[in-house]
Amino acid sequence: MSVTTSDRLPKGRPLSLKLGRDDLLMRGFILMIALYLIITLALPLYAMLSKAFSTFRFDLSQIELQVSDQEGNFDGTILSAATLNDETGAIGADSMAASSDSRLELTPLFPDFSFRSPVRYKIRGTTADTAYLIGSERITGTEWKEMDSNTFRRVVLRPAQSFGFSNFTTYFSTPSLFRSIENSLFISIVSTIVTVSLAFAFAYALSRSCMRFKGVFRLIAMAPILVPSLLPGIALVYLFGNQGMLKGMMMGESIYGPYGILIGSVFFTFPHALIIITTALAISDARLYEAAIALRASRWKTFWTVTIPGARYGLISAAFVVFNLVITDFGLPKVIGGQYNMLAVDIYKQVIGQQNFEMGAVVSVVLLMPAFIAFAVDRQVQKKQVALLSARSVVFEPKPHKSFDRLCFLYCTLVAVFIIGILGVCQFAALIKFWPYDLSLSLKNYNFDVMDGGGWEAYGNSIKLAILTAIFGTIVVFTGAYMVDKTRGFKSGRNIFQLLAMLPMAIPGMVLGLAYIFFFNDPDNPLNFLYGTMAILVIVTITHFYTVSHLTAVTALKQMDGEFESVAASLKQPFYKLFARVTVPVCMPAILDIGIYLFVNAMTTVSAVVFLYSTDTALASIAVLNMDDAGDIAPAAAMGMMIFYTNAAARILHLAASKGILKRTQAWRLR
Amino acid sequence: MRTKTALENEADESRPQDAYLRIDHLWKAFGEFIALKDISLSISEGEFVCFLGPSGCGKTTLLRAIAGLDLQSRGSVEQAGKDISNLPPAERDFGIVFQSYALFPNLTIEKNVAFGLENSGMARPAIKARVAELLDLVGLPEQGKKYPAQLSGGQQQRIALARAIAMSPGLLLLDEPLSALDAKVRVHLRHEVKALQRKLGITTIMVTHDQEEALSMADRIVVMNHGVIEQIGTPTDIYREPTTLFVADFIGEMNKLEATSEGPGQVTIGNREFKSANHDFATGAAVIAAVRPEDIIPHGSVAEEPIAEPDNAFSCQIKEMEFLGSFWRTRLQGAALGDTELIADFSINAVRRLDLSADRDIVIEIPSRRLKVFAAVDDKE
Repeated sequence: MSVTTSDRLPKGRPLSLKLGRDDLLMRGFILMIALYLIITLALPLYAMLSKAFSTFRFDLSQIELQVSDQEGNFDGTILSAATLNDETGAIGADSMAASSDSRLELTPLFPDFSFRSPVRYKIRGTTADTAYLIGSERITGTEWKEMDSNTFRRVVLRPAQSFGFSNFTTYFSTPSLFRSIENSLFISIVSTIVTVSLAFAFAYALSRSCMRFKGVFRLIAMAPILVPSLLPGIALVYLFGNQGMLKGMMMGESIYGPYGILIGSVFFTFPHALIIITTALAISDARLYEAAIALRASRWKTFWTVTIPGARYGLISAAFVVFNLVITDFGLPKVIGGQYNMLAVDIYKQVIGQQNFEMGAVVSVVLLMPAFIAFAVDRQVQKKQVALLSARSVVFEPKPHKSFDRLCFLYCTLVAVFIIGILGVCQFAALIKFWPYDLSLSLKNYNFDVMDGGGWEAYGNSIKLAILTAIFGTIVVFTGAYMVDKTRGFKSGRNIFQLLAMLPMAIPGMVLGLAYIFFFNDPDNPLNFLYGTMAILVIVTITHFYTVSHLTAVTALKQMDGEFESVAASLKQPFYKLFARVTVPVCMPAILDIGIYLFVNAMTTVSAVVFLYSTDTALASIAVLNMDDAGDIAPAAAMGMMIFYTNAAARILHLAASKGILKRTQAWRLR
Repeated sequence: MRTKTALENEADESRPQDAYLRIDHLWKAFGEFIALKDISLSISEGEFVCFLGPSGCGKTTLLRAIAGLDLQSRGSVEQAGKDISNLPPAERDFGIVFQSYALFPNLTIEKNVAFGLENSGMARPAIKARVAELLDLVGLPEQGKKYPAQLSGGQQQRIALARAIAMSPGLLLLDEPLSALDAKVRVHLRHEVKALQRKLGITTIMVTHDQEEALSMADRIVVMNHGVIEQIGTPTDIYREPTTLFVADFIGEMNKLEATSEGPGQVTIGNREFKSANHDFATGAAVIAAVRPEDIIPHGSVAEEPIAEPDNAFSCQIKEMEFLGSFWRTRLQGAALGDTELIADFSINAVRRLDLSADRDIVIEIPSRRLKVFAAVDDKE
């Protein structure tokens, strides 16, 4: 270089941008949506984690007592409650472990206690923080309190809170609990292998054969997305349950347990794997196949050296997505799991069945681990997949090959029969009067109002939830994605936002729901008023499905020219004009996709909302669960199919709307 | 050191009192990487300036700093007497055209052009009239109702231009506006853009890596490399009198010959001494002597006409001749130059007149004014 200048930046403060109105507004938006995610995601998770690590124990050493004689005179002897218990052994060590709501009476410390006796008692704490209750009155401090026997009967201790790993110690020393880890991993791994293999073969047939009815097969394969994951469970009960139509095929094995969970999991994860693998196969480069033919490689060799390596990222990604779906799923094992415990169901049992919230939190933390790892690996793989996509390649066009096409057709038919069969059985069950004794058709199973679970109102609530989630979720997600993509500078703020937006994918629904209980049900939380409302259901559903929606929006935004904002600024136009006039219309297809994605998931979700619904906000998917629980399996199937038809209708509506809107707003796409 | 002084002089000259845009000691760092180093530059009102350089030289970064799209790390920018160093783009006064056109795909041509005029206090009929006027100006009066995708690349770029000048900005910024176009359209549009700029008298900065574009369009060219300005000057200055080896090499063809300084106006190339353009390298210093292929004058094997500078003439052999349409490119080798090959462009006339062909021995002359001397660079840059 011929010009000599110092290569070092001169000292001094870096220039700071004078923020224009646009910059301030956009940063404001980012902060608002980030705050939304912090409140609806980060803080509840924090509440849950602190719950998992906090232990409650009764600490008798903090209580001192005095007992009077029969005349009510005290002789001044101070008794430690802990020493008393050591002497009498009245309260066992087991009873000392507690949950936050446990209470301990003190009367067992005095074997000859009688509430009618004239003996009087004095009680005090040894520290200022020691708390006990007289009736419902909370007393703290080290002042002596004197009372008669009848009042002493109503004195109870509150447990003292401490932080540590003791909940986890308890968890791992309880075989019935930690066996679920093994079960969950086993089921998830096996169903991942099965689903990915089946989906790969299906995707391969769709993209590499010239068989007929590809469109129909594709449509059928997508159907499981439209139903709650517990619906295949109900169908399996009808097919292979104790009074099942095909019970003989089980050869003495019970469908209630691993078999049922496996088959059901394959059913509901199949379309998710198929979408990813189809995309991966679609981007394979035809030139590689031409090269393989030119080199006279056999079909078999081509498959292993070209097809599989080309689709490997898709396969890995699909595997992790399926694994994550299965391990975090709650509905299916609840319905068909029987005595076979899975982690997600354990959370439900601990919280709803035993009211042991701390243990529920512990299981949640355990469940977070594999879900988090699967999520992290999947993100890495996805990044590589994108790099592969951007390569210029020639689209592969399959050539007819009679026997191969026939084989593909046969296979796809089998899969289609399985999927339609499951749905058909549910519909059949819903219309039968009383299986297996009275096979006449009837609509009595649709009379939801006489069953447990919330009746037709629950169905109405579900639709309301789905619509609200679709509308508000799309607005929040798309606005957030736009701001994070287009704001100038403000790097740290945007990075935090990105992280928050990716997090929900790694959080199982059960964990999120439980975290919401801890956070929103806390009476000290100013947002407590949301608890038990429709609003909290909408919020949790948006948050639960935030990541995929966010990624859809970001992908659409990335396809827009990055200089639109610069041009608008040079023309002195505010960003919101550009947003409304250009960004939103151009991204309309993606926006509609986000809307329908949120709608369908809000209709089918069980896991996050199962902890949060109230009697006024019961949901259809929850009704399926509760009716099944109460033994009303046929109505459960009927409600499940109502969800299916609603989602199918929504899909068709979405398709029609997309076409209509595309025609109007995307006229520019036509040359 | 010599070149630095020259550059400073140049910079001082290019800083007239009536400068419309003044860039002062501007730096830009991306983390550890310094993209712009101490850039100072003034542009007068109505001037057409090109930032020219290879990719990664910092020219686009400089343009974006002027627009406020990427804030500089140090230094100031002044436009029309106002310090705009840290203003957001919306508060600056410029129109911009990008290589990608960045036309709003879902709006018609009319709406694209009118985008900045709306809610600027203009009445609807006035906006309509202005849009019609602008479309007329860029020669596309009939295309208003179409969508961008229905126009050709060249047409789209003209619409982008119309949109950029719609609000009569004081400064027009063009970021490689013609690079995405076909060669023919590109040449055609060059003239149109230049004509439009002259007509409107708008101060314009264009970023380009295409030297032909810069030479044919600019009033002044700013040649950049590795984040510094190598030379500022008119196209003929830059071509005829490059002040650095980089400029000499980057613009046009150039023979670069290893040489030794023999004191002022003298160099040794190979084993022969030549008169050269003025230089002040010490005797014995390793230098690079450079001459453009078209500056080499051919003579026949026996000089038929008087040779102007006999000291700079020597005989050599034509190794190879390549017909390039309007001239012949030849490779020459002569005992005088040792192993070094010389490339010379001879006109078709000269080749016919002197009956030149491969393997012939001829006498060539290197005019001393055209033999530039630069410091030898030891790095690979």
